[in-house]
Amino acid sequence: MTWTKKDVLDMESLSAEEINIILDTADSLKEISKRPIKKVPTLRGKTVILFFQEASTRTRVSFDIAAKRLSADSISISASNSSMVKGETLIDTAKNLEAMSPDIIVMRHSSSGAPHLLAQRISASIINAGDGTHAHPTQALLDMMTVRERKGSLKNLRVSIIGDISRSRVARSNILGFTKMGAHVKVAAPPTMMPKGIESLGASVTGDMKSAIEGADVIMMLRIQKERQQSFLFPSEREYSKRFGLNISRLQHAKPDVLIMHPGPLNRGVEIAPEVADAPYSVILDQVTSGVAVRMAILYLLAGGMRDADDH
Amino acid sequence: MQMIIKNGHVIDPGNINAIADIHVDNGKIVSVKILKKASGVRKGGADGKGLSPEQNVSPGEPEAGRVIDASGCIVVPGLIDMHVHLREPGEEYKETIESGIRAAAAGGFTSICCMPNTRPVNDNGQVTEFIIQTARQCRSVNVYPVAAISRGLAGKEMCEYGELKEAGAVAISDDGRPVVDSLLMRRALEYSQSVGLKVISHCEDPSLSGGVMNEGSVATRAGLAGIPNAAESIMVMRDIALSELTGVPVHIAHVSARESIFAIRDAKARGVNVTAETAPHYFTLTDNDVKNYDTYAKMNPPLRSVDDRSAVREALSDGTIDVIATDHAPHSILEKDVEFDMAANGIIGLETAVGLSLILVSKGVMSMETLVEKLANNPAKILGLESGIADGKTANFTIIDPKRSHVYHAKEGYSKSKNTPFDGWEFPGKVVTTIVGGVVVFSS
Ligand SMILES: [Zn+2]
Repeated sequence: MTWTKKDVLDMESLSAEEINIILDTADSLKEISKRPIKKVPTLRGKTVILFFQEASTRTRVSFDIAAKRLSADSISISASNSSMVKGETLIDTAKNLEAMSPDIIVMRHSSSGAPHLLAQRISASIINAGDGTHAHPTQALLDMMTVRERKGSLKNLRVSIIGDISRSRVARSNILGFTKMGAHVKVAAPPTMMPKGIESLGASVTGDMKSAIEGADVIMMLRIQKERQQSFLFPSEREYSKRFGLNISRLQHAKPDVLIMHPGPLNRGVEIAPEVADAPYSVILDQVTSGVAVRMAILYLLAGGMRDADDH
Repeated sequence: MQMIIKNGHVIDPGNINAIADIHVDNGKIVSVKILKKASGVRKGGADGKGLSPEQNVSPGEPEAGRVIDASGCIVVPGLIDMHVHLREPGEEYKETIESGIRAAAAGGFTSICCMPNTRPVNDNGQVTEFIIQTARQCRSVNVYPVAAISRGLAGKEMCEYGELKEAGAVAISDDGRPVVDSLLMRRALEYSQSVGLKVISHCEDPSLSGGVMNEGSVATRAGLAGIPNAAESIMVMRDIALSELTGVPVHIAHVSARESIFAIRDAKARGVNVTAETAPHYFTLTDNDVKNYDTYAKMNPPLRSVDDRSAVREALSDGTIDVIATDHAPHSILEKDVEFDMAANGIIGLETAVGLSLILVSKGVMSMETLVEKLANNPAKILGLESGIADGKTANFTIIDPKRSHVYHAKEGYSKSKNTPFDGWEFPGKVVTTIVGGVVVFSS
């Protein structure tokens, strides 16, 4: 099978085969980052625009490094530093970006569906780097790559995702992604953070930490945002941490070879205890490394790596 | 000045259901001559057999005047849409009073009620008079303004209902927004009744409704914030309680949730004077139609679940919901060609309401008579407007060809805006003539 998709918008629209292509490509490109000269000429002459309407240093830097290691020219445009974006409609911004003839636009936006709107209007490839509470496909793919490296395969693994599922695009994309690859995903949260109908994405639901931890091969903790207290989602960080935080004593119920993951940034002492985050079974920093490889793979595939291989 | 509408299947529920000739003179009905009793009207309107040529002759042709052959068509009292947003004054790029009136005429409506959320808000006599005067100049569909409950729709203080009534308002509503303050709602009910203005309530608890589509698995998948049914039903229950407390009737706008319907059904059963409307999109679409972030499927209240749609249909058939009103809400691409959560709520509806209602009739959900009640007789009753086909009444008619199936194209519509999810839909029948006060204001 070869790569034919123009955009990577969400996990729903990626098939298991396409996920495998991305992960296999990422595995093969990972080695570049270990070389003394971390650069290959593969995407020389290609232009990648990093269009971040919503601030995110970590994801933007990861894409930027990925583009540069493949020799693409990458330009960052963010809402805060650009008069082009402020007060302009998304469609107008899109037309302006289009006029610069980019090959790929990496897009982060606070509105769910914004990359889909852009993808319909623009001939450049769109990579969704996070839209509202909808999707964050590259995060899910880097999580899957990290787990696959450690466990060999994703099939039949038990993955537990714990935290504010309602407002998490990471949770949605991971549920869809891991389930497509044959894993069993369980989500745990207080009822205030559990969205209606999440089962329809393929996850099983629990409100009980013990049942989320027991037997899990992978435990993924989500960041708790303090401002969420304003919508009465939980009484206090203290109580949240007591009931849904991951600490050493809770981990005693887990499998000995469990992997601990977190998309970052960490709220140490709230959703995750410091000694858990830094423990050997924590793969939080491996996730960051996989992030660059997965994003290189997607840039490579979309920029024609497989679409028109005779370019090279 | 004379007109004969010949050989149509005349349906005015509770009054006439027969093949008849209607004679009109000077804007009034002068006689209704029954030619033949109608039968088999439950599902498709005029009975297919029609009349033999001999029977088709009616005595007393007018010496001068217009003859409209309504053979094979249904002739009903002029339809009334009691929930329309005309956007003038203030947002004329979306709709003007004139363009809205043309759309209404094409949709078969002889009267429309326009909501007060214009710029400026219709919260004083001058705005009400401006709307009425502008509409009169069009010499077409009747426009009855609905004025605001609270000044500036701010929910803080009452408008001068006496002045608004004198200026020509028929009802009050803060539509677009709920009246959150229960005391203000109580006082508005009590005071407005004394001046003869009906209260129409947009039911929404804003602390629960902070989403952009129906709460449920479709919203969860799309990552869109949900609006639960209770955001509507809580306010419906409150308004029923206030109607009971004050003894003043209340009309519930655009019912979408089944829990609202249960509350209204119970209230009616124990004698509370509550009436309700729904819009064609709530009996036609569900939240499954919010596909690929299509902002033409975004409205408030939102498209609900399949169960809610079933409950709305049942409520139309059992009388819990009295009225079909469009909530015609024109928006331009400036408000709609944007991110889903940024997009304005609402769709246009004047030119699709009859077509969508006819689909319900063809599905057997309601009879043609019930359709006429929901679109003509009941809104008239609730607002105290004239309706019906009988000697001496104003000659307002809508003539529908129930068998003229056609495809609706928004770009060919009369509304200035094109924001509709029904573009390209096929409707089983069509409005062919709209007559206001004995004058044809639309024919096709
Ligand atoms: Zn409303």
